[in-house]
Amino acid sequence: MAQILLRHREIPDINKLPVYKKNGGFAAFKNAVTKMKPAEVTEVVKNSGLRGRGGAGFPTGMKWSFIDNKNWPHYVVANADESEPGTFKDREIMEGNPFQFLEGVAIASYAVGANVAYVYLRGEFWELAASLDEKIAEMEEAGYLGDKLFGTNYSLRMYTHLGAGAYICGEETALLESLEGKRGQPRVRPPFPPAVGLYGKPTVINNVETFANVPMILANGAEWYKTMGTADSAGVKIFSLSGRVRKPGNYELPFGTTFRDLIYKHGGGVQDSRTVKAIMPAGASSSLILVDNDKILDTPMDYATVRTLGADLGSASVIVVDDTVPMDWLVNKTVHFFKHESCGKCTPCREGTYWMSHLTERIHGGHGSKADVDLLLNVAKQMQGKCLCALGEFSTMAVVSGIERFRQDFDHAVKA
Amino acid sequence: MSKQVTLTIDGKQVTVPEGLNVVDAAKMAGIDIPVFCHHPKLEPVGMCRMCLVEVGRPMRDRATGQFVIENGAPKIQFMPKLETACTNKVEEGMVVLTQNEKATAGQKGTVEFLLTSHPLDCPICDKGGECPLQNLTMAHGPGQSRFIYDEKMHLDKQVPLGELIYLDRERCIQCARCIRFQDEIAGDSVLGFDERGRTMQIVSLSDPGFDSVFSGNTTDICPVGALTTADFRFGARPWELDASPSICTQCPVGCNTTLNTRREAKAGGEIVVKRVMPRQNEEVNEIWLCDKGRFAYHYAESKQRLSKPMIRKDKKLARASWDAATKLAAEKFLKAKKDFVVLASGRLSNEDLFNLKTLADHAGGKSYLYSHMAGGELTTLVGVSAGTNFGTMGKGTAIVVVASDLYQEAPIWYLRVKQAAKRGATLIVLNPRKTKLDRYASFSVRYDYGGEAKAVHDLTKKSKASDALMKAENAVILYGSEGVGVAGSQSLATACAKLLNENGFTGRPNNGLIGVWERANDQGAWEMGFTVEDDLAKALKGKSVYVVGADPVNDDPKLAKALAEAKFVAVQDVMETATTEIADVVLPAQAFTEREGTLTSGERRVQRFYPAVPVTGDAKPDFAITAQIARNMGVILEGTSVSVVFDLLVETVKSFEGLNYAKLAEVREQFPIVGRGDMYYGGTTYENKHGLGVHLSSAATRGERLSIPRVQKEAVPHPKEKELLAVPVNKLYHRGTTVVSAELLHERIGDASVSLHPDAAQRLGLRAGQTVSVNFNGTSGQAVVKLDDTIDEGVALVPRSMGIAIRAPVAVKVKA
Repeated sequence: MAQILLRHREIPDINKLPVYKKNGGFAAFKNAVTKMKPAEVTEVVKNSGLRGRGGAGFPTGMKWSFIDNKNWPHYVVANADESEPGTFKDREIMEGNPFQFLEGVAIASYAVGANVAYVYLRGEFWELAASLDEKIAEMEEAGYLGDKLFGTNYSLRMYTHLGAGAYICGEETALLESLEGKRGQPRVRPPFPPAVGLYGKPTVINNVETFANVPMILANGAEWYKTMGTADSAGVKIFSLSGRVRKPGNYELPFGTTFRDLIYKHGGGVQDSRTVKAIMPAGASSSLILVDNDKILDTPMDYATVRTLGADLGSASVIVVDDTVPMDWLVNKTVHFFKHESCGKCTPCREGTYWMSHLTERIHGGHGSKADVDLLLNVAKQMQGKCLCALGEFSTMAVVSGIERFRQDFDHAVKA
Repeated sequence: MSKQVTLTIDGKQVTVPEGLNVVDAAKMAGIDIPVFCHHPKLEPVGMCRMCLVEVGRPMRDRATGQFVIENGAPKIQFMPKLETACTNKVEEGMVVLTQNEKATAGQKGTVEFLLTSHPLDCPICDKGGECPLQNLTMAHGPGQSRFIYDEKMHLDKQVPLGELIYLDRERCIQCARCIRFQDEIAGDSVLGFDERGRTMQIVSLSDPGFDSVFSGNTTDICPVGALTTADFRFGARPWELDASPSICTQCPVGCNTTLNTRREAKAGGEIVVKRVMPRQNEEVNEIWLCDKGRFAYHYAESKQRLSKPMIRKDKKLARASWDAATKLAAEKFLKAKKDFVVLASGRLSNEDLFNLKTLADHAGGKSYLYSHMAGGELTTLVGVSAGTNFGTMGKGTAIVVVASDLYQEAPIWYLRVKQAAKRGATLIVLNPRKTKLDRYASFSVRYDYGGEAKAVHDLTKKSKASDALMKAENAVILYGSEGVGVAGSQSLATACAKLLNENGFTGRPNNGLIGVWERANDQGAWEMGFTVEDDLAKALKGKSVYVVGADPVNDDPKLAKALAEAKFVAVQDVMETATTEIADVVLPAQAFTEREGTLTSGERRVQRFYPAVPVTGDAKPDFAITAQIARNMGVILEGTSVSVVFDLLVETVKSFEGLNYAKLAEVREQFPIVGRGDMYYGGTTYENKHGLGVHLSSAATRGERLSIPRVQKEAVPHPKEKELLAVPVNKLYHRGTTVVSAELLHERIGDASVSLHPDAAQRLGLRAGQTVSVNFNGTSGQAVVKLDDTIDEGVALVPRSMGIAIRAPVAVKVKA
């Protein structure tokens, strides 16, 4: 199947403006600005069934339609913070097929009436930011950004902004705080960004991959997009495959592709031909899917079906865990990550991740007791549903699912 | 009245104003939802997760939008997770459960999480006994910790954020109340978080550290013992302290305070004031206090306190009896007849000033208020009156601030004016230079020093500022004494009064004139009929002078000379001063902490203060000393009961009509509800149980015919070449006797300074930090050069009460 997002794999030099243009680039944006009303653009995206690719899977068109039209100006922000361990798809899009992403941002801006759009990149993406700056300058020169675009009254400027390397800044409200020049700490929601966003103004914020889908949807229509994927999750998804597989990498596949196909057909199977013990479908934030029978691997990957396995598809950063990995080791890793990245704003996350890290350290180090495992589970559950943002919740996912589904590994660790 | 919303909290039906959050609404209904980060004066942030409750809302039918009815009542849909009560606003029909199993477990969990990092050093913590964390742990926390003690983080316990406030990093629970207070209330964003996660910590972002005159308030609202004042830390346990209501005497705002006292071994077993705390008065200081008010109380316990009357014998002051001292003074004053002069300051109470004025009038003498600022008689005509409250000013009200740097002169007014501007009041700031208040001004108007009255008059001419002012429904003008002396402030006050009077901004709540006076009760002196004298030296020369509560000898060499040449000088004060040293008779007065009385704030609110500590030596209250002298002169004044003096005052002074001590002690319910057992809600500020005070009437509110005099043009000195126009400005921390006794403030007081424009400094060959002499009128003073490019090249700013006696603009030579 032809690639929709990772088109650079098939079309050489599509990261150059003339090549992108030759391959239909900016036609969708021009058509939208010159021939469509903003609400019509939103309607097409709504009808396509496109869901946010950042992790939560919220319907994109619906998000755009929530923008508060009584309060101006509006902003569009691209979340290019890509900080979930095991996720590396946005980077490839921005490196290989940057104009499609930027065109998506431009179309979204037109749809919600924003005249300024920001691309917020994680701090480590400084080379990428510099390259995007060049692309933006080229777009300005070519008349795709600037004042009175295509002879209409619509104007749009775009800017990149580098974060300082904090995981939390991938959370949309922390990102907005950081973009405003403040500490990257999440805000209480509601209000959500479409009502109160950047500088207190209505803001649409979407993931890079989400934006990259938009020009293709506008060019080919909502119905075309829905021919791919499943009823629950339309279209294609880039799966970032990592862990104990032979060929880790990004795989653009329709929703509904099974774990088995991803791991064995595309990923070349498990290293050393071992068996899959667990899958983390959404990076470090995942619940651990227990792969205790063959059927599990035949589960089609879309938002609704993965949930039946007691996990979220999230950003589809699929980490494969084989039978050599003790879960107490894995959970210790994820907990340390979240302890390190907790912003400190709310009590359960700040104190809970710190506490859990002491417990997982003790258990994995062989100094723990059965009571420590029970306590760890209890502390994680005590955090759940109490935190200010999703980070704190995420930190408990691997802990709770790990202990509940792989208790024997923990019991073994404390016995040793 | 705002729209009301009815909801149910723990089965209790509650009707509260729309827009309140659930914590505040519950509080009004007598239900305490535990909080740490939420404070009723700050925007909710939902950080600490202590106020977790279950929230349900009436379900609506998607199609019709109508409530779904089940068993005759709207069906309630509960949120899947616990919600923070502080970030949820009340809604019609909302159901809140604060004490069911789910909510209780959530609250308990939060306390347990907080305690995993908290050092639990309550036995050595200043906050122990009045600590929200301690109280909420007892009420909601687990009995035992599951966290291993040895795994606790160890952090610095004595981090000075500035010289006034210390941070204990272990105790901090990262609620950000202090940061948010500084950002939202004080407007000095000098605190912030550093690092993240469990290593996140409070830091000062300013140089000097914690550079704000409101810093002490953060220790009141800190819900743990993380922030303590350098003044009180390790000073006492809260339960050992007694509390006496008082009024701050440092400026004309009249902040309500509570003096915490205890018997102190270090003070030889005497009862002393251990700390000054704010006492709630939402119409005056809300629940705040500036650092000067909080820390500069030490003069009352100074070693320089006078304790015995003295009479000069053989050129030396020697102890004498009250009888002898007052008789001698009386004899001299009687003999002086019309050459008898009372020189009294606004440090005194209304009762003291009333007795002094009555005595001067009966004896045929003169009575002057010791102040560099005039125009007070106009405030008795068109001053603000009943119903005036900065807290209710917003859209529709114009606030004009002229010739005053409110941040330095009356910090709490600065806060309240700033908040009013944020609520939509039109703020017009007129000053030759930029002040902190300009940040919040709708209009900043600049004029040259000397052009104050004209600048105010010009507000009636066509301009954007004038349009906004004239369109306003209400207007108040606060006028100060930056760059003006007696004559200048007289012209300025007249121009202000005229503007108010001619445009209908008088006689109604939130309308009228406010003087930003030098002292706490200057307003009271004006009400009693005191006047100021431009050429005070001339007025004192050769007279028999009764100096009360003032130190002119220290302030001004010219006045020192005049008093040296006076016929007789009796000085009544609480402390030894340069003026008591040249006195013929010295009369020791009680400090405000030792007695009872009333003060009139600049907003013309009369408020009572109460005794807190025992009397020093044989000192007597000022009104009683005056009555004793009067008796010896054949004038009968009340000298025993201060409330009787007040009753007599009420009979004589029209603006006080109808008042009595009982009325002044009346209180009403205030919001937020603070100072009760639930310290976590409002902080350690005290509830007001002893009186909110009462406004005076003005000639305008009484409907009297007003006649405002013409504005007299003031002649401003014109500096010659190589001279600068030195203008006096006011500084919060200065070398006045009531401030300088607080050693803690010395760093903030600093040296006498002269601020020059960089170009002026360059022209004179001077650099920043250099010590120079400022020469004028045959005298000179030493000062350190500061550079300030916001001022005019031709002027030199000289702070008052810092050792250089510039009371009004004067031409000076500044030399290395």
